[in-house]
Amino acid sequence: MMARRSIEPLVWILFSVGGVVAAMFVPVLLFLFGFAYPLGWLASPSHAHLVAVVGHPLVRVLLFFLCTLCLLHAAHRFRYTLYDGLQLQHLQELILLVSYGGAFVGSVAAGVLLWQFG
Amino acid sequence: MSTERNRYTEFRPRWYRPKMSTWWWLKRWSSLAFILRELSSIFIAWFIYFFLRLVHALGRGDAAYREFLAWAASPGIVVLNGITFAFVLFHAVTWFNLAPQAMVVHLGGKRLPGALIAGANYAAWVVATALVLWIVSR
Repeated sequence: MMARRSIEPLVWILFSVGGVVAAMFVPVLLFLFGFAYPLGWLASPSHAHLVAVVGHPLVRVLLFFLCTLCLLHAAHRFRYTLYDGLQLQHLQELILLVSYGGAFVGSVAAGVLLWQFG
Repeated sequence: MSTERNRYTEFRPRWYRPKMSTWWWLKRWSSLAFILRELSSIFIAWFIYFFLRLVHALGRGDAAYREFLAWAASPGIVVLNGITFAFVLFHAVTWFNLAPQAMVVHLGGKRLPGALIAGANYAAWVVATALVLWIVSR
């Protein structure tokens, strides 16, 4: 009998890729759009410029991957280490639903938003 | 030998399972750091929500974009983003420092030193940051 293939290795690879993406791109994006532009530390870019940037098909695809990978990374980390660490095993179903369900809903929302952009 | 303690019972024996406190990770800094790093997942999810609100506002026009910036400047959001920034930086630094353990690179039969791999990650971080700055503020 063949051993059943597990999806776990794939999920862990996606977790790692998401971790790299989050570490590389989230700090600068959060710094700019969370502080520098809203609080006036830097002159905020014009609406037209940002629409041109986000409207580029390649940027939209990259942003979709950014969102999906970050959400998967967060979901996996939340699911495994946090619920093991905090001894929340009795809440397993709820945690699975909230983490992967949330990542799925968020990814679909990101896909729809970026697809319809412009 | 049957004593009071180990006599036959038709019930399942009780296994020895030490009960861990929910708060075990408060006792040592290293375990507290572990749990804090795990908690960064919640803040990364918040950032994606924040970012998608920006994309949504951009799609709705200039007024909606200004509205988003005003909302992002409100005290509650600034505080939440400040906490998020601290957690995300903590994630990034610990992630890059861990990279030498996760990536074992051999070159010419020799294992590359860990500092070089961590350094390469930090260099890539600088390049990625500069690239985003350039594209967004050009």
